[in-house]
Amino acid sequence: MQTAEKYSISDTLVSELREVVARESVLTDYEALKPFECDGLTAYRQVPMAVVLPGTIEEVQDVVQICVRHSVPVVTRGAGTGLSGGALPLSNGILLSLTRMNKILEVNQNARTARVQPGVTNLSISEAVRHLGLYYAPDPSSQIACSIGGNVAENSGGVHCLKYGLTVHNVLQLKVVSADGSLLTIGSEAQDSPGYDLLALMTGSEGMLGVVVEVLVKLLPIPPVARVLMAAFDDVEKAGEAVAAIIGAGIIPAGLEMMDNPAICAAEDFVHAGYPKDAEAILLCELDGITEEVQDQIERIKQLLMQLDVTDVRLAEDEQARFRFWSGRKAAFPAVGRISPDYYCIDGTIPKKELGRVLQKTRELSNEYGLRVANVFHAGDGNLHPLILYDANNEGELERTESLGERILELCVQVGGTVTGEHGVGVEKLSPMCLQFEDETLEQFHAVKHAWDPDELLNPGKAVPTLARCAEFNSMHVHHGNIPFPDIERF
Amino acid sequence: MKVDQVVVQLTETVKVAAESGSPLRIRGSGSKFFYGRPIQGSNLDIRSYSGVVSYEPTELVLTAKAGTTMEELNQVLASKGQRFAFEPPSFESGATIGGTIACGLSGPGRPYAGSVRDHILGIKCINGKGEYLSFGGQVMKNVAGYDISRLMVGALGTLGVICEVSMKVMPVPEFEQTNCLEMTEKQALEKVIELTQKPLPISAAAHDGKVLRIRLAGTESGVKFASSIIGGENERDNRQFWSDLNEQKLPFFENCKTLWRLSVPSTTPPLNLPGDWFIDWGGAQRWGTVDVPAEEVFEIAKRASGHAEIFRTTEVHDERFSPLANELMHYHKRLKESFDPSNIFNRGIMYENL
Repeated sequence: MQTAEKYSISDTLVSELREVVARESVLTDYEALKPFECDGLTAYRQVPMAVVLPGTIEEVQDVVQICVRHSVPVVTRGAGTGLSGGALPLSNGILLSLTRMNKILEVNQNARTARVQPGVTNLSISEAVRHLGLYYAPDPSSQIACSIGGNVAENSGGVHCLKYGLTVHNVLQLKVVSADGSLLTIGSEAQDSPGYDLLALMTGSEGMLGVVVEVLVKLLPIPPVARVLMAAFDDVEKAGEAVAAIIGAGIIPAGLEMMDNPAICAAEDFVHAGYPKDAEAILLCELDGITEEVQDQIERIKQLLMQLDVTDVRLAEDEQARFRFWSGRKAAFPAVGRISPDYYCIDGTIPKKELGRVLQKTRELSNEYGLRVANVFHAGDGNLHPLILYDANNEGELERTESLGERILELCVQVGGTVTGEHGVGVEKLSPMCLQFEDETLEQFHAVKHAWDPDELLNPGKAVPTLARCAEFNSMHVHHGNIPFPDIERF
Repeated sequence: MKVDQVVVQLTETVKVAAESGSPLRIRGSGSKFFYGRPIQGSNLDIRSYSGVVSYEPTELVLTAKAGTTMEELNQVLASKGQRFAFEPPSFESGATIGGTIACGLSGPGRPYAGSVRDHILGIKCINGKGEYLSFGGQVMKNVAGYDISRLMVGALGTLGVICEVSMKVMPVPEFEQTNCLEMTEKQALEKVIELTQKPLPISAAAHDGKVLRIRLAGTESGVKFASSIIGGENERDNRQFWSDLNEQKLPFFENCKTLWRLSVPSTTPPLNLPGDWFIDWGGAQRWGTVDVPAEEVFEIAKRASGHAEIFRTTEVHDERFSPLANELMHYHKRLKESFDPSNIFNRGIMYENL
């Protein structure tokens, strides 16, 4: 996955860039470029031609305009925590790092909004407004490090999105530098805007349609109470039934997370969260709101769970206990990292009713490939994160891991799901995209890209596979002379 | 993808129209024909493509063909204790889900429960080349490909013929109550700002010129607690008022020549425009019967960091929506071309040149 391809940057380009941004904000030395060679998906690496760190919107515009003149592609990067290689540099391109644009520009308590620069971290927004009793709801697990600009580019989720929505539901307005360097204001301080919903189009577009340079986010009042229930089951499918029962009863929990036995054991050994290691699955169910409401809902859920075949139900009695319950779930990825040299995170989403089938099939695939899989699952919204345990030092193991990952995603598509719920396509899921979309739809995506970026300068080659790539991929995916799943719609 | 015969016929009609460049007017029941600029074109009626495709209450997902009526869908959802949380107005019996998505209108709960676009999960549509495309899906979280489903919401049919939609649905709140507080418009706007900074289960807030109504929704205990903080009289029939407001059946909406909708930040003080005003969305949506030139209203909305639209009118008005900034119009046109290169869908319904 590593390429040695290296372009040297022209002196003219460097001097033009140094005319518009500070000299030290244009990096061209190999040692300085090296840290930018990958994002959170470390299996893919590429050192860019140069890294530019603008400090203002005008500087971003100037840099983009210079790149347009030189026909040099631009890859925008926030904190670099993305898990799909969306910020993977191009050997012949500029990496535009927005980390220096990290100021909270304005907090409007009455309007419950914050205007921030793209390099501000997700968590720091909530920290900056906590004294007002407000917070920013989307909380991806990387929230301590990930930037809001990256959240917009990926339409990031988190553990609370069933109730509070994704980034797209919590952003009001964007300032965007387009592919020709002009500055656009998209969305508004009102609830809607005239014309097309460009705010929705831009959110999750993975830096392909514009460079997000300012974000107006919506803030919510901090719920006065949050309580967590943990329920244990001797069968994963029973945990799935409990999820359906809770939602069927008309309760929308703030968070509803599931872990399977390998994930439970890894987490428990790591942080001692108090999980029963003999359980096949646990469910963490968080309820938040005003005291009276949360109390009622907890009682109802307890009753529901008691009627089901649950082996253990525990309510976190205080905040300390609540943090302890969550600590295991939040540490699930590093916990798995402790028991395996490497792990690979999958991000498929499925209709919840298919959970049992998908996990069973995943186990079979895990055996077939001889690779262990631990599952953590945003159960409320059907977003699966199987973690494939592997060792990159073993010859061919990364390739087998990727192949297993693709099989799992194929399964997600087969049951009516999607290849990515919240991590984005980036470079990682270009091939799986071919499983999900037909040629005409992919062509329409390309047409939208062309409408915004006719010269293919913004993050080219990411997010949407070419038709040629899909033709090749699909031809390789003919099993035993049959197209996989001939009876299903290919979406 | 398996394609229904009705959709095949629709794609054929689109292809023929695209070849000759003859405009189509996509229509459902016509319940919202008043909305947008008047247009010409042969009717492309989607009502024959109707019915619930799938509904899974525990998944919170409903998929329906575009011609399905809102009555049918509301009934199906109610039978399982669920609903569309964005409270789409129908205005007339027969309104379809396709038209509802295309117009993108949301009811009083919008600032609190989200809008139409916040609840759309997937869309199948025909583009201007007669290709049947599928975007998004039937799951809550999906970032595969550009978010075309949301882009279609409120595009007034200009980007494609919506054939099938998947929507997130929500449980009907266990308990609802409306508190009425007599106060002026200015006081009401300030009151809402104060209350919405607190974690209270507010699900709607409207002021009719005299009375601020705050709707609370949640568990009975939670609503009763919030009610004790907010105070005021308890509205006798909680549902009727909000439904009448949403469907514009209140006396305020009767006999007005031109009904304006101003969408502004909720913190905007009372607007300096002569006429009658009805405030919804906790101050963020203001219905007005004003008799001043349209340009003036557009300008005042813009200065308030919002926008304005002529929602209904019996008069002749060239433009119905606040003008777009030039650079935004450029991308609107480019997007329109990418979906509808022959410019056949609902030509001019939003702006003259789009």
